[in-house]
Amino acid sequence: MSSPAQLLAEPLAQPLAQNLVQSVDWLAIAPPTITAVVGLVVLVTDLFVKDARKPLLGWISVAGLAASALMLLPLVNDDRSTFCQPGEPGVCSYTADTFTLAIQFLVLGGALLTALLSVTAVKDADRGLPAGEYWFLLLSSAAGAALLPASRDLATLIVALEVASLPAFALVGLRQGDRRSSEAALKFFLSSVTATAVSLMGISFVYATTGTLYLTQVADRIQRVDGQFTTLAQTGVVLILVGFAFKTAAVPFHFWVPDTYVGAPLPIAAYLSVIGKAVGFSGLILITVVALPSYADVWGPALAALAALTMTVGNVGALRQQATRAYSAVRLLAWSSVGQAGYLLVPIAAAAYSDDPEHSIGSTVAYALMYAAVNLGAFAVAALVGRTRALNRVADYRGLYASNPLTALLLAFFLLCLAGLPPGVIGLFAKVTVFSAAVDAGLGWLAVVMAVNVVIALFYYLQWTALLFRTPEDAPAGHRAPVPLTAAITVTAVLAVALSGAPQLILRFADTGLF
Amino acid sequence: MIDINESVMQVLLAFIVVGPLLGAAAALLPAPPGLKGKSPEQAVLRHGVTVTGAVLIAAIVLVLGFDHDHPSKMQASTDISWIPALDVRIHLGIDGISLPLLVLTALLTFLCALYSYFKQRHERQTPRASSPNPKAFVALLLVLESGTLATFAVLDLILFFLAFETVLIPMYFLIARWGGEGRAGAAWKFILFTLLGSVVMLLGLLLIGITAGTFDMVALATDNGRSLTTSVQVIAVLAIGIGLAVKTPMWPLHSWLPDAHTAAPTVGSVLLAGVLLKMGTYGFVRILLPVAPDGFRTFAPYLAAFAVVGIIYGSLACLALARRGAKGDLKRLIAYSSVGHMGFVLLGVASMTPTGVNGALFANIAHGLITGLLFFVVGALKDRTGTTDLDALAEESGHALYGRAPRLGGLLAFAAVASLGLPGLAGFWGEMLALFGAFDPHDDLSRPAFLTFMAIAAFGTLLTAAYMLIVVRRVCMGAVPQDVPQPKLADVRTYEFAAWTPLVVLTVVAGLWPRTLLGLTDPAVQQLLSGGTR
Repeated sequence: MSSPAQLLAEPLAQPLAQNLVQSVDWLAIAPPTITAVVGLVVLVTDLFVKDARKPLLGWISVAGLAASALMLLPLVNDDRSTFCQPGEPGVCSYTADTFTLAIQFLVLGGALLTALLSVTAVKDADRGLPAGEYWFLLLSSAAGAALLPASRDLATLIVALEVASLPAFALVGLRQGDRRSSEAALKFFLSSVTATAVSLMGISFVYATTGTLYLTQVADRIQRVDGQFTTLAQTGVVLILVGFAFKTAAVPFHFWVPDTYVGAPLPIAAYLSVIGKAVGFSGLILITVVALPSYADVWGPALAALAALTMTVGNVGALRQQATRAYSAVRLLAWSSVGQAGYLLVPIAAAAYSDDPEHSIGSTVAYALMYAAVNLGAFAVAALVGRTRALNRVADYRGLYASNPLTALLLAFFLLCLAGLPPGVIGLFAKVTVFSAAVDAGLGWLAVVMAVNVVIALFYYLQWTALLFRTPEDAPAGHRAPVPLTAAITVTAVLAVALSGAPQLILRFADTGLF
Repeated sequence: MIDINESVMQVLLAFIVVGPLLGAAAALLPAPPGLKGKSPEQAVLRHGVTVTGAVLIAAIVLVLGFDHDHPSKMQASTDISWIPALDVRIHLGIDGISLPLLVLTALLTFLCALYSYFKQRHERQTPRASSPNPKAFVALLLVLESGTLATFAVLDLILFFLAFETVLIPMYFLIARWGGEGRAGAAWKFILFTLLGSVVMLLGLLLIGITAGTFDMVALATDNGRSLTTSVQVIAVLAIGIGLAVKTPMWPLHSWLPDAHTAAPTVGSVLLAGVLLKMGTYGFVRILLPVAPDGFRTFAPYLAAFAVVGIIYGSLACLALARRGAKGDLKRLIAYSSVGHMGFVLLGVASMTPTGVNGALFANIAHGLITGLLFFVVGALKDRTGTTDLDALAEESGHALYGRAPRLGGLLAFAAVASLGLPGLAGFWGEMLALFGAFDPHDDLSRPAFLTFMAIAAFGTLLTAAYMLIVVRRVCMGAVPQDVPQPKLADVRTYEFAAWTPLVVLTVVAGLWPRTLLGLTDPAVQQLLSGGTR
């Protein structure tokens, strides 16, 4: 996948033959490659499998994602790079360093959980969702998302971004005969394509002024841009940022989120809320911290303002959701994911002001890992409740404790983790790292804005939590959990509880060299 | 008093903090065979009594093993690395300042669990419906206990924050589910006020920790603010102070308290007033005074001024509530009186002298004992009469509790008199020492200002006496009407005696032998104020 990008990035003067025999470190690129290959396998298998055996495709995908996630293990503590510029060590297109591995783990683990949710969803939809296409698209998107954090040149970055998002549009609109679904897909598609176009424009400007696409070379050369081109370079920087802000659903580029989440099949909403965000963030981090550290005075304040706006708008939006409105549970999670995106932006903004940007970035990585586990857990419970209550209103969760005590306790735990309040210890500590990144960088005002937001967010999370334990209005519908759903809820619950006991497991990213 | 191995002490302290948490988890599980009791409700409430009892025994053993000759030394201390990335360590330890609060918490929670257990047993015999779902009740009570005990035992700023936040969710649910009228609103007000305060406090704690390079309270106290510039200290004290002041509560940040107290169930009120409020004042003494003395000095006069306003405001509010025809709620009245009492505590802390701080710590404990008792008695009154409305109780001539339930009336009068600061009872010493502290404040503070504060606060004690006596007159005194048949009013029951006697005894003991408490706190306070090592 990255070879075309690689070729594109090569100066034309290079002898082509040397390129073709370039050695490829297959182990390093194994995680995204396996995912992509399994995706193709599923697509082909679909042609030969009878309708009754379609669930097989789901389990192949689950196994493939698990295998790719396992392939991360041999890479730990082993900074590998491949697709390097011959003769120039350290200038590579693909790097598997700590940052890459952490995000790849998030992406593949998140995709695995999404796949578990999807097994049930595809089965329940009963041909409403074409199985072969669904799994192929999901795996392709995951492959792109796994490639993105590893890419170290602008072309690979954009290709990975598109590989991650194009299947996602299709997934959102995949529900056959559902108007809401196609409308959501269209909204998502238009806003995302605009974002990509804007980013590409920015990249072309940066390429024009620096003559390279490799991030490390961009970082070096953009400081010595010819005087008359500085405006062009600056415009390029701003345009790239705008493009990625779109992807992360930062305010004011967030309007597509609630409708898209509601329109999409529930597992896809979960996927977008976690992996979609991870993609945007890792891209943003690579662009800002790796490629453009010298422009910190441009993107620092911009990201800080964006973070403040995003969390405020997201949380106020979530606060305004009415519990009795249709699909309000998913809507609430959608708006809250916008708010959480704001918290994720804070350390990236802080990196601009800090002497040790990797330290701040580590806070984002740690927070994203916590958020991924907990948010997928909440979505898994929502998927469970949504099976019997098709409208999935927040009000439908009333008295869940009476019918499914353990599920209710777990959802309460996930929500309190998102709110960042004990007993959700890991949520609290993740917030503490983000706060400390802001305070460390001297962004006191941003920390105060975030503090206020934490209180606003607590209101709606706790309101939902309290609802779980109220006495049910009508006879409580028992929710029977199919095996894949139970597995997804169990995995996220074990993760969240284990992390609460040993936060160091993810918080160590805030303390080590990432790149 | 008795020689206990240091590692045993460490285990005891760790058990005190973690034990209730494990107990809370166990409470949610079904009872094992052999411990099922007469009903699931009874079994789980008994489980609560067992766990809190074990914690209380551990706390008492800790007192016995505590080296009373060196109360300023951190004892039973454990120091394990937990989250190296954030430099958070599980650092536990007790000294003369935290030990009394630890015991008070363990005692009050045990008494609450005991009270709930017997009350349920008693109510099972009477046809009234018992409280919903005692399982969750016991679990929440135990989590609450764990959070408060941890607050007093941890010596790491981030861990302190974690413990400080742990109490929010259980208290929210205790009020929102087991509370009385207006409970939902009161619970929201409680949690939003405190959370807003505590996130601001977190920013201050982080500022201190990041600037000084450590979150360890002992190291920071030894450093005594030398590695923090004055401006950092001022900002940090402002941020942390707001968080603590909301919890304490300090006027004008107190408005969540009366609602929360009025709506909370008896047990919730007892713990809220007896223990939770102390977490705020403890933070002032443990963190702000030693860690950021320069910053604290800047704000001390303002803190004292707010404290004094709180004293007067609380008393006037109580007087207004106690008036005939004001439809004053007895629980709300006690809540406002807490605002006044905590004002004395803050005044003592703000004086920045050993006398004042000792007084503050003493008043802390005394307020926990006396107000705990008051809420118990008023709760019992509400169980019997169904109301805490003073007008409904007293009608024209007074409720005549002395005549109808003499022991209950006597206890209420005792608690009220102790609360107003009668010499010889616990309430007296703390307030007197706080006033002494304000009379002769730290050299760098303006003496005239503090003299004024002292005078106003002293006037506040008069007001306190006034409203407390009015309450006693209206509730306890009066003639029992002979012509109309009165509904029978049960006097103090055995289990109520069991739950309340320890509080009464300790109130008297602390009043007659203040040295038992001051001997513990004084050396530790001297050391904190002089900068860690002496």
